Amino acid sequence: MEIEQTPTNVATSDTNSTSEYLDAEGESDPDEGVADGVDEQDDYYQEQEREAEAQRHSIISELRGELGTRTGNALSPDPGAESGQSKDLAASVESLALSASASVKTEDSGNTVDDEPDHDYQNDSAWCGQKKHIFILSEAGKPIYSLHGSEDKLVTLFGVIQALVSFVQHSQQDAITSIHARGIKFVFIQRNSLILVAASRTNMSVQQLQRQLSDVYNQILSTLTYSHMSKIFEKRKNFDLRRLLSGSERLIYNLLSNDSSSKRVSNNVFDFLTNSIRVFPLATSTRSNIISAIQANCSKIKDLVFAVLIANNQLIALVRMKKYSIHPADLRLIFNLIECSQSFKTYENWTPICLPIFDKNGYLHAHVSYLAEDCQACLLLLSVDRNAFFTLSEAKARITEKLRKNHCLDAINEGLQQPYNDAKLYEQVLSVPELRHFLYKPKTTAQLLCPMLRHPYKSLEEFERLEAVYCNILHRIHNNARPLKLIYEVREREIVLAWVTATYELYAVFEPIVDKATVIKYVDKLIKWIEKEYDVYFIRTHATF
Amino acid sequence: MRVIEGKVVVLGSRGVGKTRLVIKYINSTLHRNEEPTIGVSFFTCKIMLDEVKIKLQIWDTAGQERYKALAPMYYRNANAAILVFDLTQYKTFAEIKSWIQELHRNVQDPMILTLVGNKMDMHAERAVSRDEAHLFANSIGATYFETSTETDQGLEQVFLSTALGLVRLADEGKSRSLRSFQSCESIYKNNNTAFSHLNLDNGSAAFRLPYVHIGIPVDGEDVRTSGEGRLETPSWSIEHIALGEVEHTSWCC
Repeated sequence: MEIEQTPTNVATSDTNSTSEYLDAEGESDPDEGVADGVDEQDDYYQEQEREAEAQRHSIISELRGELGTRTGNALSPDPGAESGQSKDLAASVESLALSASASVKTEDSGNTVDDEPDHDYQNDSAWCGQKKHIFILSEAGKPIYSLHGSEDKLVTLFGVIQALVSFVQHSQQDAITSIHARGIKFVFIQRNSLILVAASRTNMSVQQLQRQLSDVYNQILSTLTYSHMSKIFEKRKNFDLRRLLSGSERLIYNLLSNDSSSKRVSNNVFDFLTNSIRVFPLATSTRSNIISAIQANCSKIKDLVFAVLIANNQLIALVRMKKYSIHPADLRLIFNLIECSQSFKTYENWTPICLPIFDKNGYLHAHVSYLAEDCQACLLLLSVDRNAFFTLSEAKARITEKLRKNHCLDAINEGLQQPYNDAKLYEQVLSVPELRHFLYKPKTTAQLLCPMLRHPYKSLEEFERLEAVYCNILHRIHNNARPLKLIYEVREREIVLAWVTATYELYAVFEPIVDKATVIKYVDKLIKWIEKEYDVYFIRTHATF
Repeated sequence: MRVIEGKVVVLGSRGVGKTRLVIKYINSTLHRNEEPTIGVSFFTCKIMLDEVKIKLQIWDTAGQERYKALAPMYYRNANAAILVFDLTQYKTFAEIKSWIQELHRNVQDPMILTLVGNKMDMHAERAVSRDEAHLFANSIGATYFETSTETDQGLEQVFLSTALGLVRLADEGKSRSLRSFQSCESIYKNNNTAFSHLNLDNGSAAFRLPYVHIGIPVDGEDVRTSGEGRLETPSWSIEHIALGEVEHTSWCC
């Protein structure tokens, strides 16, 4: 507590003098209400956290333990090895800290575009005008990440954030959730010595921003693991986490740049808004051929936990160990990793990856490679055995061979090469020309079906509006205080429908000129068609080895 | 034909150009790829030295600090290590020492060490002198090369020297993890003569070996190795490392 106190005071005195961006908030706070309180937080995430807390034991070490006893193999690493190593690391970190930290800093700032030593972001209109900012800092107030601008030059702002958080924490035994001022939402989450803050002008609700922050937090865990990070902060509260995260900033950036705030028009944002993933459309026979090819070549590999096949940010197949499954939030991290690592395309990789919801304390070792040069689908084989590289490499070669023989590679390529791989879906949508876009998510799976974006949503401004519409209706449907089942809204530029039944959630956007009866008729048609084609666009259950 | 299969691990600080070194050597095409490696990338390549076919399994590791804890997994059972540093950043050279110490602590089998100073094309920003690097390489029993992944200078030598080292290791038979066997594909029969690969003047050599140091390299002198006249160095020891700590005059704070 004493440690945090000092910077707190420094920071509060800074608030008044420098930060215009936040000063405004400081003044309007009393009217708007500082903290929304904890009760408005997304229950879903709280539950998730609790669940994760509940299973304190590490699944990975359990799996390893089982393997050890089963095989009695000297090669399989003992569960203690991990912690021993991180101790080593912590020690080496300690010893390096003095010499390295100074040079690391200079190097990093050398990489950034503007080298002005005292760039004043707070008076920089481009910086202040960003639609979304994300800041990550440690509890001790050390900057870790900023989406825009160099975090080194935002120290005062980080001080303010830390002051706000620790003030609410210590004086009121509460946690600050959000601040609303001048159309900007400031959303805070605190996880394991980290403070994550989003400042947003977009239409995302507090819960949606919290989920985004939580995804970012998971991304950090995915590179470092929870136990490793905790140990580091236990030892040194003011540790500069950037040193350990270096090289993975692009993963965080990519994760955050899925929405319109980074001028990208893509369906990716809906994955995260609906907390789901998309499935690569494939004929049922092809998909089952692929799955059985994976099963046939992997079922004998004892320590293989998951096999995931991905193309174009969509899931082709997931084969898992009995009893275990991957949460969509973990899958999103895998998608993110694949999407922003072009180098996987050219060679085999052996990568440690932590799936925080599966087990936040340990690494799975992933053999990552694309199926073939002429088939851009990426296969990940995730194992708990750190020495399994060659076994998995051989298995992958056999899988590719098998898939080539039974023409599955061609089928995947066909899907990839069609100008938009949901051409069929597009056609279907076209037969209802008034239907502009929709999101369909079955209740039983965390999978999403949505057609490609088309006129008018191909332009950025229109897409932003669509995103805002979806943010808004998703928020109202999933509102904890007053969840809704049905929304039908005639807006100036579109008709919006949200409909939650026992089996699915549907959100659809129509031309503004259609009448209610026609909308109902079209929705019926759409639902019937999806039910008929269900197995092409969704995976009912993930196969096991 | 004799086949030797060895594991080569590429180590070094982040951003020194490890991945580029390997990619440039293997397919000579450089994708303008600035992504840091995640974990480790795996490559294979084959080198023919006269009668010996050497298969290298190259493990290109990530240089970030957080992967340091995982490094033992990568250099376990490695027969050779290529230690890369950036000639323009003294820090990366200094950090090689910690790698050497770590290898020394954790690896029992003899290992071929190759020290590589990368980015030699950036003359102006050079921070590590050739002499100093040479001296350090000698002290740890490594062979030293300077390379440039921009101009492709010296890449071939790095891997050839590593391959030659592996042949030597196989001949001595001291390494348990190094795999050496007679391939049935061989068209030459009973060709067991050791050192045949070193017969440089043989016209049928698959490769005419470039300037390659084995053992302690002597600066400025064109050393050609022969089967007999090879100077044997013990694989590195901690005393050698102590000797290798040369203060660089221009380096401060």
